[in-house]
Amino acid sequence: MPETPMITIEAVNKFYGIYKALDDVSLDIAAGEFFSLLGPSGCGKTTLLRSIAGFDTPSTGDIRIDGQSVIGTPPNRRPTNMVFQNYAIFPHLDVEENVAYGLKRLKLDASGERRRVGAALDQVRLGHLGKRRAHELSGGQRQRVALARALVMRPKVLLLDEPLSALDKKLREEMQVELRSLQKAVGITFILVTHDQYEALALSDRIAVMFGGRIAQVATPKEIYQRPTTRQIADFLGGMNFMKARITGETATRLSVETPRFGGVTLDKPLGFNARNGTATIGIRPERLRVLWDDAKADFELAGRVVDRHYFGEITHLIVDVPGMEQPLSVSETNNFGADDIPVGDAVRLAYDPDALVALSD
Amino acid sequence: MAVLSATEVEQRPTHPPKNKARWTASEEASGLALISPTLLYAVALLFLPILIVVAYSFWTQDYLTIDRTFTLQNYKTALGEPIYQDLLVRSLVISLVVSVVTVTLSYPIAWFISFHGGVHKNLWLFLITVPCWTSYLLRVMSWKVILGYGGVMNTGLLSIGIIDKPLTSLLYNSNAVVITLVHSWAAFAILPIFVSLEKVDRSLIEAAHDLGDNKLMSFLRVTLPLSLPGVISAFLIVMIPTVGDYVTPKLVGGKDGVMIATAIQAQFGKGANWPLGAALSVTTMVIVSAMAGIAVLALKLLVRMAK
Repeated sequence: MPETPMITIEAVNKFYGIYKALDDVSLDIAAGEFFSLLGPSGCGKTTLLRSIAGFDTPSTGDIRIDGQSVIGTPPNRRPTNMVFQNYAIFPHLDVEENVAYGLKRLKLDASGERRRVGAALDQVRLGHLGKRRAHELSGGQRQRVALARALVMRPKVLLLDEPLSALDKKLREEMQVELRSLQKAVGITFILVTHDQYEALALSDRIAVMFGGRIAQVATPKEIYQRPTTRQIADFLGGMNFMKARITGETATRLSVETPRFGGVTLDKPLGFNARNGTATIGIRPERLRVLWDDAKADFELAGRVVDRHYFGEITHLIVDVPGMEQPLSVSETNNFGADDIPVGDAVRLAYDPDALVALSD
Repeated sequence: MAVLSATEVEQRPTHPPKNKARWTASEEASGLALISPTLLYAVALLFLPILIVVAYSFWTQDYLTIDRTFTLQNYKTALGEPIYQDLLVRSLVISLVVSVVTVTLSYPIAWFISFHGGVHKNLWLFLITVPCWTSYLLRVMSWKVILGYGGVMNTGLLSIGIIDKPLTSLLYNSNAVVITLVHSWAAFAILPIFVSLEKVDRSLIEAAHDLGDNKLMSFLRVTLPLSLPGVISAFLIVMIPTVGDYVTPKLVGGKDGVMIATAIQAQFGKGANWPLGAALSVTTMVIVSAMAGIAVLALKLLVRMAK
């Protein structure tokens, strides 16, 4: 990144007694970026977000926002605003008063304040509900109020703590689209905390995957999905078939392996790779395996037998036992060609692309 | 068709009793059954005495007999005689001062326990109730020991050298009544305030900080308004009983600290004028209710202005 990052997190540690919530976290987030912190619950992603907001103080390390260290700066004097997980809408105030809450301190004249509140409410399409109280709003509307209340402050960074987790699936997908376009419209940095990998993949410019207080990988959604560096990341972001492979050659960046059924391949060596007894873990995504119909031919083929089948509407998961492999392969096939009709017990041929294989650190 | 109508005829008479059976099994019925002992108890021991008092207030005492002709004379005396007016006003002022002081002193304690009590919240609450373990009378008497001429307060101040002769203004006046009542009622004010503070969602306070408030502002704009129900109940819990308090003014109030309850007691006792005592009681009751309503409204208005 050529320009100064909007947020720099430098060697941050956070201890709760002997429990390490954040373990040597370092991160740069650019201005205008939609950045996601993704991980299972208890991975430290919320602690990191709260440290940026100022509600938690790192035990060691530095956090800089727009070049300024904010260690010791209370939340009310940071250029950040937060959308809380439960939205934290003030129950004793109506929608307009909620949105105007932070503006009171700026001592705007009445009409200027009303204009800004109105604009913020229009931005989240709530202009018509200004006089409602929190308990009269639906979950989606509360979320919009929380967004408007934060955005009206014109923060440099907007922090979102699992903002969509309380919504049902359909509304969640709608809000994802809206959140993304809102971020494009206001152009400020958004930092989103989520445990939902699809949400992170759909919304973010970049994602940091966290496990056990450490950052495991920082990359674009595509890279993180297609080229996860560890088995844990691959497993957390959708399913993956894993297999052990014997290492036949190794350079600084590349790894040659002999796989049980996928032949000999040379792959990119993942960061922090450590060969154990000369073997490596290799993975392939279920949707990168394709069923070969009738007498269709492919350059790279596998033969096996369907042992189980799970129907998911637009796709079917086939569990295919391939002789010579320790675990059956999971295959995700669209139902366009009748994958949902393949009887359990039938023999199938699978096609794959050797480029879809990835080497993983354990 | 014939079969159908026959069954209809058969069903019809069984319908009402069936309904009745269903009602006795309903939640409403079992709920009423559950509260009925308490309800009867409350009606018998609360409403009946009040009704009797109200009835008495419209009658006249003629030495040993009661003249049951309707009259408003008792109310004229209760509201018109300067002595009763004075006593009533003093009682109201004292109870108001007591409520304001009690709530003001209790709020920080409740706030501290709720926000900084940590894992020891229950221990703190337990400790607050400790003074209530002894008799109310003993607690009032102990204030006599503290505030008296040769009491703890005077000897303490003397030994530090702040005063050179014992203060006589500590005991047997309305200040002593206020001090004693505040102490007696503190626990009853702390608990409702604590409960309402516990209910304040902590993320709301964080949201207020996030939106630019410092600690004082977020307290005034979020914590205080949201804990108002607790403040109001504390206020009422203290104010209503203190207006009619009898023991405290009698023991530590002296001549200056006499309140309306003493006058009421005198009418029922030595004065032997039950109707006048009843009229004084009813007057006090009505005025206290009105005052309580006004106090609640005033508090709400105050918070709305702080917004």
